[in-house]
Amino acid sequence: MAEYSAFSLLKNALTGNRDWKPAWRKPDPKPSYDVIVVGGGGHGLSTAYYLAKEHGITNVAVLEKGWLGSGNVGRNTTIVRSNYLYPQSIRFYEHSMRLWENLSHDLNYNVMFSQRGILNLAHTPAQFDDYARRGNAMRHGGGDAELLDPDQIARLYPGLDVSASARFPVVGGLLQPKAGTARHDAVAWGYARGADRRGVDIIENCEVTGFLRDGDRITGVTTSRGEIRAAKVAVAVAGSTGHVMKLAGIDKLPIESHLLQAFVSESLKPILPGVITWGGGHLYVSQSDKGGLVFGGDLDGYNSYAQRGNLPLVEEVMSELLAMFPAFARVRLLRSWGGVMDMSMDGSPIITTGPLPGMYLNCGWCYGGFKATPASGWCFAHTIARDEPHEINAPFTLDRFHRGILIDEKGQGSTPKLH
Amino acid sequence: MLINCPYCGPRDLSEFSYQGDGNRTRPDPASTDQAEWNAYVYDRTNIAGDHNEIWQHAGGCRAHLRLTRNTLTHKITSVSFARDERHKKPHGHRRSGAHS
Amino acid sequence: MSPRRSQTGGRVDRTRTIRFTFDGRPFTGHAGDTLASALLANGVTLFGRSFKYHRPRGVLTAGVDEPNALVTVLHGEVREPNIPATMLEIYDGLTVVSQNRFPTLAFDFGAANQLGGKLLGAGFYYKTFMGPVFGPLKGTRFWMFCEYFIRRAAGLGRAGIARDPARYERMNAFCDVLVVGSGPAGLVAAKATADNGARVILAELEPKFGGSANWSDETIDGMAAAEWASTMVRDLKARDNVRLLPRTTVWGYYDDNNMAALERVTDHKSAPGKGEPRHRHWSIWAGSVVLATGAFERPLVFPGNDRPGVMLASAAERYANEFGILPGQKVALFVNNDAAYRAASTLRKAGAEITAIVDARDEISAAAQEIAEGAGGELLRGHAVVATEGGKHVSGIKVQKFDLANGALSGEARHLDADCLLVSGGWSPVIHLASQAGLKPEWNETLQAFLPPKPTQNWVGAGAFNGRFTTAEALAEGVAAGLSAAGSIGRAEYAPEVEAPVLDPHPAPVFEIRAKGKAFVDLQHDVTADDVRLAYKEGFVSVEHLKRYTTLGMATDQGKTSNVPGIAIMADAQGRPISDVGTTRFRPPFAPVSLGALAAERYGEVKPERLTPMHDWHVENGATMYAAGLWHRPAIYGLAGETVEQAYVREAKTTREAAGIVDVSTLGKIAVQGPDAADFLDRVYTNMFSTLAVGKARYGLMLREDGIALDDGTTWRLGNDDFLMTTTTANAGKVMQHLEYLLDVVWPELKVQLTSVTDQWAGAAIAGPKAREILASCVTGTAVDNDTLPFMGIVHGEIAGAPVMICRLSFSGEMAFEVYSGAGHGVHVWEALIEAGKPYGMVCYGLEALGTMRIEKGHVTGAEIDGRTTARDLGLDWMLSKKKPFVGSMMMDREGLADVDRVRLVGVIALDNRPLNGGAHIVEDNEAAPRNSIGHITAVCYSPMLGKYIGLALVKGGKKRHGARAFVSDPLRNRFGPVEIVSNHFFDPEGKRMHG
Repeated sequence: MAEYSAFSLLKNALTGNRDWKPAWRKPDPKPSYDVIVVGGGGHGLSTAYYLAKEHGITNVAVLEKGWLGSGNVGRNTTIVRSNYLYPQSIRFYEHSMRLWENLSHDLNYNVMFSQRGILNLAHTPAQFDDYARRGNAMRHGGGDAELLDPDQIARLYPGLDVSASARFPVVGGLLQPKAGTARHDAVAWGYARGADRRGVDIIENCEVTGFLRDGDRITGVTTSRGEIRAAKVAVAVAGSTGHVMKLAGIDKLPIESHLLQAFVSESLKPILPGVITWGGGHLYVSQSDKGGLVFGGDLDGYNSYAQRGNLPLVEEVMSELLAMFPAFARVRLLRSWGGVMDMSMDGSPIITTGPLPGMYLNCGWCYGGFKATPASGWCFAHTIARDEPHEINAPFTLDRFHRGILIDEKGQGSTPKLH
Repeated sequence: MLINCPYCGPRDLSEFSYQGDGNRTRPDPASTDQAEWNAYVYDRTNIAGDHNEIWQHAGGCRAHLRLTRNTLTHKITSVSFARDERHKKPHGHRRSGAHS
Repeated sequence: MSPRRSQTGGRVDRTRTIRFTFDGRPFTGHAGDTLASALLANGVTLFGRSFKYHRPRGVLTAGVDEPNALVTVLHGEVREPNIPATMLEIYDGLTVVSQNRFPTLAFDFGAANQLGGKLLGAGFYYKTFMGPVFGPLKGTRFWMFCEYFIRRAAGLGRAGIARDPARYERMNAFCDVLVVGSGPAGLVAAKATADNGARVILAELEPKFGGSANWSDETIDGMAAAEWASTMVRDLKARDNVRLLPRTTVWGYYDDNNMAALERVTDHKSAPGKGEPRHRHWSIWAGSVVLATGAFERPLVFPGNDRPGVMLASAAERYANEFGILPGQKVALFVNNDAAYRAASTLRKAGAEITAIVDARDEISAAAQEIAEGAGGELLRGHAVVATEGGKHVSGIKVQKFDLANGALSGEARHLDADCLLVSGGWSPVIHLASQAGLKPEWNETLQAFLPPKPTQNWVGAGAFNGRFTTAEALAEGVAAGLSAAGSIGRAEYAPEVEAPVLDPHPAPVFEIRAKGKAFVDLQHDVTADDVRLAYKEGFVSVEHLKRYTTLGMATDQGKTSNVPGIAIMADAQGRPISDVGTTRFRPPFAPVSLGALAAERYGEVKPERLTPMHDWHVENGATMYAAGLWHRPAIYGLAGETVEQAYVREAKTTREAAGIVDVSTLGKIAVQGPDAADFLDRVYTNMFSTLAVGKARYGLMLREDGIALDDGTTWRLGNDDFLMTTTTANAGKVMQHLEYLLDVVWPELKVQLTSVTDQWAGAAIAGPKAREILASCVTGTAVDNDTLPFMGIVHGEIAGAPVMICRLSFSGEMAFEVYSGAGHGVHVWEALIEAGKPYGMVCYGLEALGTMRIEKGHVTGAEIDGRTTARDLGLDWMLSKKKPFVGSMMMDREGLADVDRVRLVGVIALDNRPLNGGAHIVEDNEAAPRNSIGHITAVCYSPMLGKYIGLALVKGGKKRHGARAFVSDPLRNRFGPVEIVSNHFFDPEGKRMHG
C-alpha cells in the first residue's frame, strides 16, 4: 500500500483522487491465528501493531464487535500527558510519551500529536505543594515539569480568571510542556493501517460471544462470524471488560464500569494554547484544531454500560469551566457524549498474562486510556509474545489489589468513582 | 435519573450519592479469612444488566437505599431501604458481645 | 436583481422600525424580523464564509437548521460567536459582525484555499505534515509548525475574553405532558391533553407559536392558518394547567423523561427587563412527552449548490409569507417532489417572476402541474440543475436532461436566468430527541426519510416528526398523541378541517446530481460529494467513520440539512440501500446551548462558601484568609510590615511563651449517640473507646476498609451513650458518609444515631502556658484546675453568660483547651476570650502558626494522611488495638502495606539554614541530575523553638534513617541542599508542656 506524503497527496489530486486504497483491508476471519486480540479500539490495534513490528508475530486477528475505534479511543478528550506521581506510573507513561513523539512517522499517518503542554492550576498553597511533589517526582523519573506563577499563567491564558476575588484564586500551576493533544480517531486508524500493512487481519462487525476452552486453557473464541482458534487470546476491551470476561467465566474483577461524559463547543478561533485543568474541582479543557473547546470533568458516578450520561453532571462541568473562563458563558455547547470507563480499584490499569492459561488481559484504564495507547499496546504485545510482562508493565498486575501493592495516584482506595 | 426514595418520594439523581455494588457482603468483623476480606474490598460483579447497588439519599433523608438498576438502560426496577433488607436476613448480625 | 421587501404581506410590524449594524454598516428592519430577513430585505445576500474553503455563503434556511449564515453578536467587549442569522431577532442597537474572513467579508484571503481543490480533500491532513524524521523539525515539531496556520484558518467566530456580565437562571418544572413543538400537531396535542386536565408545558423554539401555520397558505377551521394558530394559542394561554414557553429549545432527553430546555429570555431585547436573566435553563420532569418537532427540508447536492441565492423552497415560502420578503425577483426552482411547488405559487403571489421549475422527475401530479402552470415559467421535467452561475450571488443556472433511473445527464447544458434558486430534496423528520430516547431510527423507502425509532422512554410522536407531512394528517395525529400522552384514549372531540392543495410530499429518490464542479453536502464544513466518495474508497464506510473522516454533520448545524444526503451518497457508493447504511445516533444537545445557561446560578458562584461564626471578626481584625476546601480560615493575623514568616513565627512564639487563640470551628463534628455508640466506635476506630470514662476525650484513628489511614481526631464521651466525635476539616463529609454506610448497610442492628453538628458548634482553641489562667479568669460555673479539668477532661460552664463546653486537649503541644459554644454565641464567646487574654499578652494565631506548632510536635494532618499512608507509615502503630477487630484491621497487614520499604514519617532539618518547600523530594546522594527519590517533604516551617527550618517528610526506611544526612531535591524550585533526618517529634517529645 502506498506511503502517505505530500507527494502522494499531490499525485492523487492530479488524478482526481481516484487511486486511494482502503486504509485497511476488510478480510474475512481465518479459522485460526497465532494471536487473537479481542477489541478493535486503540489498545487492541496498537497491540496488534507492536506484535507485528516488535515481535514479528503477524498471524494476528483483531476482532471488533462494531466499527473500528467505536469505543473510548473515539470518545475521549484527546489529552496526552505523563504527569504522574508514582515511579511505576511515570515510567509507563513516559515510555508512552516517547512512542507518541514519533508515532506519526512510525505509522506513516499524521495523528496530529501536538505538544502544547498541560497546565494544572493550584488554588491553595497546600495544593501547590501537592503539585510540586508530583512535578518533582516527574523530574526525578526523567520527565519534564515546571511550576508557573499566576503572572506567567495569566500571560499564557488570556481570559482565565486569575483575580484574587475568584472563588478559588489561582496561586500557581504545574506545567508539563511535553504533554498535549492528538487526533483520537487518527490514532485508531493509523494503528489499524499500520497493523494491516504488516499482515494483521482487522475484522470489524465480529462480536465475541464466548471463549473456546480446553480444560482451563483458552483456545479461541466463538464470534458472530463463527469460531476462531488461536494459541493466545488477548483481551483489550476497556469499558466492556466485565462483560467479556464473564464469557470466560471470570465473574468478578477489581473493576467497575463507569460513565464519563465529554463535551465540545462550537468552533472558535484559537483561544486556548494548550490543555488546562482546574484544581477547585475536576475540569480539563483544550481546543481542537477545528476550534472546538473539548472538555470534561468527573464521572457521572454510578455503574453504567450506557454511553449516555445525565444532566446534573453536565451542569457541574459547565459551572467549573466558567469558573476558569467567565467569557465562555457566551460560547455554546455543540455536542456531548458518554464513554464507559473501566474504573479499577486503585485508578491504575492492568496489563498481565492470564487470568486463565492462554489468555492475556489489558484493562482498568480509568481516565487514562487514550494517552496510554502506544505504551499499552507495546507492553501488552511484549507480554503476549514473551508470556511475561516487560519490566515497564510488571507492576500493573491483577493480583496487586489483594496483595496491597497498589498504585493509587489519587489516594482514594477501593472507591472507583473517586479515581 | 429519578430515584424513588421510599421515605422522601421521587427525587433527582443529584440528591443521591452512589455507594457501590450491593452484592458484596461484609465479612463478620471477627472473620480472619483474608480471601473473604479481599473479595469484599476489591472484587465487583460489575453486571451489564440489572445491578443490585446501594445509594445514599445524601441530599435528603440520608438513608441508604438498595436499588435494582439496569446498567445498560439506567431503568430502576426496585428501591428499598438497605437497612430493611438486612434485617430480613436470617443471619443478620446481632450485637456481638465480643466487641463491647 | 436582489432580494427585497415586498410592498405588502408578511407578519412583521411595518410601523415599527428597528436599527442595527452589520459589519459596521447601519441597517433598518421591522419588529418581527430576524437578522436574516432584515438583511435580505436590504438586499444583502452575502452572510459569511465557509469553514475550509472560505467560500461566500448566503442564507439557506429560515430556521435552526441554518448551516451558512453565522454571525457574531457584540455587546461591547463581550462576544457571542456562531449565531445563525435566522435565529437572531433584531432589536434596536443590535451589533453584528461577520466571521471567518480576513480582512472583509467581501474580500477574504482565505478564499485562496479553494485553489487547493482536490489537494485538500477529506482527511488530507492525516496523510501529510508529518515532516522530517531527523533534524530540527523531527518528532512533532514540523506538524506543530503547520498546525499553527491550520488552527488560525479553522475555527469560525472569535470568542471574547471579557467576563460575560449576564445572569443565567435554572428552573425545575414538573408536568404531566411536555409538548415539544407548536406547529399544528403540537398545538392540538397540547389542547387535547389540557382538555383532559393534564398539566401541560408547550415549548416552541421560535418566538411565535404555530410553526408552519405562520407561513403556510392553508386554511384551518375556515381561518387562515396563522389566525387559527393565534386562536389556539389564546385558548391555551387562558388555561391554568398550560404553560407556554416561547423561544425555548428542548435540547436534551435524559433518563426518566428528564428534559433539558433552553429559554432565550432576553436575547431579543435591547436590555433585559428587571430581574430577567439572559437565558433560562429548564430541567423538566415530564410524565410523558409529545414530540411534534416537525421536519427539515433537505437541499439537493449539485455543483455550485452553495452559492448565495440558493435557498430551501420552504424557507423562501416562509420569508415571503411571514416576513414579506422576496428572496429574489427571478426565481427558479429545482425539486424532486410535489410539495415544493407550493413555493412557486407563494412567490408568484408575492410578486416574483418564476423563471423555471426544474424537476428531477418525469412524472408529476396533476395538482403540481396546475400550480406550475399558474406560476408561469418553464416546467422542465426530467431535468436537473448542473451548475449555478454568478460570483457572490446567483445570476443564472445551467440545466441538463436527467434520467432518474440511473442519474445520467444528457444533452446540452442550457442556461436559464435566475437571481434565486429554490431547492427541495424532500423532508427529514426532526428525530433528534427521539434518537436520544429510542432505538435505531429506520429508513422509510416511500418517504425517503429516517423515521423515529421505537421509544425507550415515555414519548409519543405526532405530525411531520412521524413522516405525516400534510397539515391534515398532522392535526389528526396531534390530537391522538395528546390524548395518548394524557393517558386517555379515543375521546377526540376536536377535529379541525384543513383546506390545502393536495400535494404529495414524497420525494423521488434523488439526492445528488453528478456533474463537474464542487457539490456540497455539508455546507458549513465544506464536505463535498467527492469527499464522501473518497471516504468510501479509503474504507471509511460505516456512517460513524464517514462522519469522523470527512467531518460531515459535525459543524454547528450538526448536519440538520446534510446528514441524509451524505448517507445517501455513501449508500450509492457502496451499492447498498440506505436502510443498510443507517444513520448515526444523535446526542444532546439538539441545537447549541450557551454554557452560561447550563451553569445557571453557579456562573460566578461555582461552589458554596463555608464561613465560621467568627469569620467577620477575623477579617476585621487583620486576618489574611486562606481557602481550605469550601472553608475560609485565617492564615495569619499579620502586623503592618510583617512577612508571612515573621507573622507566624511571632504568633507561634507568643503562644508557646504566653498564650494564643485559634478558631477551630471548621473541625468536623459528629454526634454519635445511642446504647451501642461505644461498641460502634470500637468497631470504627483502631483504638478502644468503650473504656473511655464519661467526661473524658480520647484521640482516635480510623482506617479505610482497605487498611489505609482515613482520618484522626478526638472523640469526647459526654454521657454513657453520648459521644461527640471530631474529624479533620477536610474529611468531615467523608467520615460521616463512611460511618453512615456502616450503620445503615452493614450493622443496622446497632442502635446508634449519627448527626452532623459541625455547624452547630463554634470552637476556639486556647493554648499556651497562660491558657489556664486566662480561662480561669473568664469561665464561670466550673473550675478549670488540674483536678477538675485534667488532660483530656471535659467540663461545662459559662463564658460571659453563654454556655460552653471545654475539653483540655492539645494540638500545639502546649497546655491547651478547646472551648465550644453554640454557633450563635461564637463571636460573643470569642470576644470574651480575647478580652480575658489581653492582660496575658495572648495573640490570635492562624493556620500558619497552627501548622508550625504541629510540625514541631510531629502531629499528622491531611498532608500526611493523604489516602496512601498506613498507620505504621505515620508512626501511629501504637494506636492499633490488638484486642478487637476494627475497620481495616484485616487488610492493613497485607504484604504491600506491611512492606518495610514503604515511606515512613520522619522529621527533617535544613542544614543550610534555608527555607524548605512542601513537595520537595528527599534523595540520598547530592547528584546533579534529579533521580532516586526516597521520599518527599509534606509540611515545612521555620521553627521558632529550634531556630531552624524544619519539615515533616515521608521517607523510605523511616526511623532507621534518624540522624542520617540526606538531601532535599526540589528541581522545580531549584532548591537543593543537605538535611538531617530526625524524629518527627522535634519539640517536647515527652509532652511535659501539655500535661504541665
